[in-house]
Amino acid sequence: MYAFLARRLLSTIPVLLVVAVLVFMMLRLTPGDPAAILAGDAANTEQIARIRTNLGLDRPILVQFGIWFGNLLQGDLGESFYYKTKVAALIGQRLEPTLSLATMTILIAVLVAVPLGVLAAWRFGGWFDRTLMGFSVLGFSIPVFVLAYILIWIVSLKLGWLPVQGYKRIADGVGPWLTHLALPSVTLSIIYIALIARVTRASVLETLGEDYIRTARAKGLPESSVLVRHALTNAAVPIATIIGIGIALLIGGVVVTESVYAIPGLGRLTVDAVLARDFPTIQGVILLFSFAYVAVNLLVDLSYVFFDPRIRY
Amino acid sequence: MNMKRTLVALGIAAAFSAPLSLAQAQTVLRVVPHSNLAILDPIWTTAYMSRNHGYMIYDTLFGTDEKSQIKPQMVDTWTESPDKRLWTFKLRKGLEFHDGKPVTSEDVVASIARWGKRDAMGSALMTFVERMDTPTPDTFRIFLREACGFVLEALGKPSSNVLFIMPKRIAETDAFKQIEEHIGSGPYIFKRDEFKPGDKSVYLRNPKYVPRKEPPSGSAGAKVVHVERVEWNLALRDGQAQVNALQKGEIDVLEALPFDHYEAMKKDPNVQLPNWAPAGLQYMARFNHLHKPFDNPKVRQAVTAAFAQQPFLQAQVGVKELYRPCASMFTCGTPYGSPFGSEIQSKSNMKKAQELLKASGYDGTAIVIMKPTDLASIQKLPDVAAQLLRQAGFKVDLQAMDWQTLVGRRAKKDAPEKGGWHMFLTAWQAHDIWNPIANAALDTRGEKSGWFGWANDEKLVDLRNQFMRELDEGKKKKLADAIQARAFEVGTHVPLGEYVQPMAARKNISGFFVTNGNLYWNLKKN
Repeated sequence: MYAFLARRLLSTIPVLLVVAVLVFMMLRLTPGDPAAILAGDAANTEQIARIRTNLGLDRPILVQFGIWFGNLLQGDLGESFYYKTKVAALIGQRLEPTLSLATMTILIAVLVAVPLGVLAAWRFGGWFDRTLMGFSVLGFSIPVFVLAYILIWIVSLKLGWLPVQGYKRIADGVGPWLTHLALPSVTLSIIYIALIARVTRASVLETLGEDYIRTARAKGLPESSVLVRHALTNAAVPIATIIGIGIALLIGGVVVTESVYAIPGLGRLTVDAVLARDFPTIQGVILLFSFAYVAVNLLVDLSYVFFDPRIRY
Repeated sequence: MNMKRTLVALGIAAAFSAPLSLAQAQTVLRVVPHSNLAILDPIWTTAYMSRNHGYMIYDTLFGTDEKSQIKPQMVDTWTESPDKRLWTFKLRKGLEFHDGKPVTSEDVVASIARWGKRDAMGSALMTFVERMDTPTPDTFRIFLREACGFVLEALGKPSSNVLFIMPKRIAETDAFKQIEEHIGSGPYIFKRDEFKPGDKSVYLRNPKYVPRKEPPSGSAGAKVVHVERVEWNLALRDGQAQVNALQKGEIDVLEALPFDHYEAMKKDPNVQLPNWAPAGLQYMARFNHLHKPFDNPKVRQAVTAAFAQQPFLQAQVGVKELYRPCASMFTCGTPYGSPFGSEIQSKSNMKKAQELLKASGYDGTAIVIMKPTDLASIQKLPDVAAQLLRQAGFKVDLQAMDWQTLVGRRAKKDAPEKGGWHMFLTAWQAHDIWNPIANAALDTRGEKSGWFGWANDEKLVDLRNQFMRELDEGKKKKLADAIQARAFEVGTHVPLGEYVQPMAARKNISGFFVTNGNLYWNLKKN
């Protein structure tokens, strides 16, 4: 187990290395000039050239990469071209909103989708199952921003229950934090509810046909115990996998949600950095996302041991 | 037991209620600016957001009122020698930086020197400046090599780069490096510790600011602050979400109301649409003069003739009361705005354009037009341009890209087939183009002049130099007319009409006055 953990942790190094090289090179090949963007509309070519020199963008790409990578090895992600702030500090400022949104979304999704999926499997073919499957198709199909506008219109503008936009830090109070997070989390969780509910249903359905379920029922165990202790536990591996994939997919989802709800998180930072060709920030954020992706996958793999003791690493 | 329950309930209530922060107890004006604020040095960049940030925390020597007249701001009195080569300025009393130190003439001279290295009009002025000195802490003098006619216009120019006065130690920063400290003597104090890039920018009322006595007008007059705190919401950038927040009362002022929402907001009983910056903006089509076919003035004339303004304004703005055709390269309604010499555009039609193109010897080169897909305020203009060019007989290659790609690409002098370009369309705020010196598109020094497109015309350079030296206002007006007529003749660029960017505010905000940009003094929140 520990050897597996060490192996997996070590394997993240080449992954991050490849990501670092690819991101750096791809950014330099994309059109757009950070110096021209920073200089403003009325700047002339000479002024832009001086800014380019100040940013070090007139040096050969390999030299630029060497400097950036050298700093990276010392834990320095560099300084944002656009904001003149350390990238690590920028990421630090944006981490809480994104983590809050992602955690709340996954919590809502799991707490809603898993019971619904189990119930649908239990009542396979019935009205509940059909209704849930219908809703899950809808949940998949409706774009996040459309759902966001609909929810804002109903819940915020018509009913006045929740704020339209913005984010409050936990330090500002749990209440404001929750009320500002509620609509974005629900918006973003819909697609994950649809996804996780479908997988849970399919997985539990398969398990319900197993011999040990028949045995459990024959022993006279209550149906709730059969469903939760026997069926769901044994169906947990694919569900854990899909939740892990969901967390990784959230990285894309938060970009749109943060834009619509004006949440100053990592998604919004990424969009701004891409639009401004803020190379150091883009590189830093993508490295962080890649690391998060690898870490989530590792956690999912480790969770298999918990759900299925037969699995050994 | 009851006591225990009560305590638990109180605990939960306390946890779920926001602590009453100082900010909430004060009058807070919540503003959604037109864009994101990234660069805090308004001299280092010409970005409008940095300029607006500058107006919050810095003061200016002169301002420009709503009639485009230059008025004193930090300056109390000034004199000019009979030969107009020596200008002596005396600062008014009570000027103080946010760190408590008095504003001195040394701060002013250092600020002028840095600004003069970056701003186009400032650089032009510095070519006339022999030296500056500071005989007393509240007096500074500018010695000119020869008289020039735009000293006050430059010192009081209202748009980027505005001459903001900074403490000497800050103003001595290399003009090509951004300043690290943000201390001014303006009506607001910048809360650096609360500035979160891409999230919010906060300004506190400067209690020591001494406003002028005159009523506010443009960037001139009294800068009286009636709110304790202004918060710029930099995260709220989706147009629909901005309107939702305004309707729900979560924000007070929306600087740039999307045109699509204009009619709906007019009907909202809680929202007002103040006429805040009526001078507006002007659309412009810019040629790349370096490459075929736009190195040929006859081809540029054909385009000018084809580009009637109405189709551009209708397509892009759509709301009739928000746009106006203006056959002038200087903003209509400002001193030099005039249709003089614009007949090639104002009295032309497509038939004329086709004839001109035929006579020009156009070789069928496809015109590369750069179309920004993510900038709602100008994204429809290239489609109209492409259609009109096709009708005139041009081949067109309309290339879609995001605005920042366009910004990078327009700085390239390469041939269009090698990643360069033929044409882009943009918009300028009124006071960036209101006279021949400020208007970058009229700088025709070729590749030297720098502004993208690199127009080249000696006669225009000469007329512009005459304008700089002219002291008589009547003659300056005639020279501005001559410059415009020549610019239309050689086709530096094509003006495509003007529009007003609507802004929206909650009804409980009062005190709006006519400005050149987005200025946050004199506003009251009831």
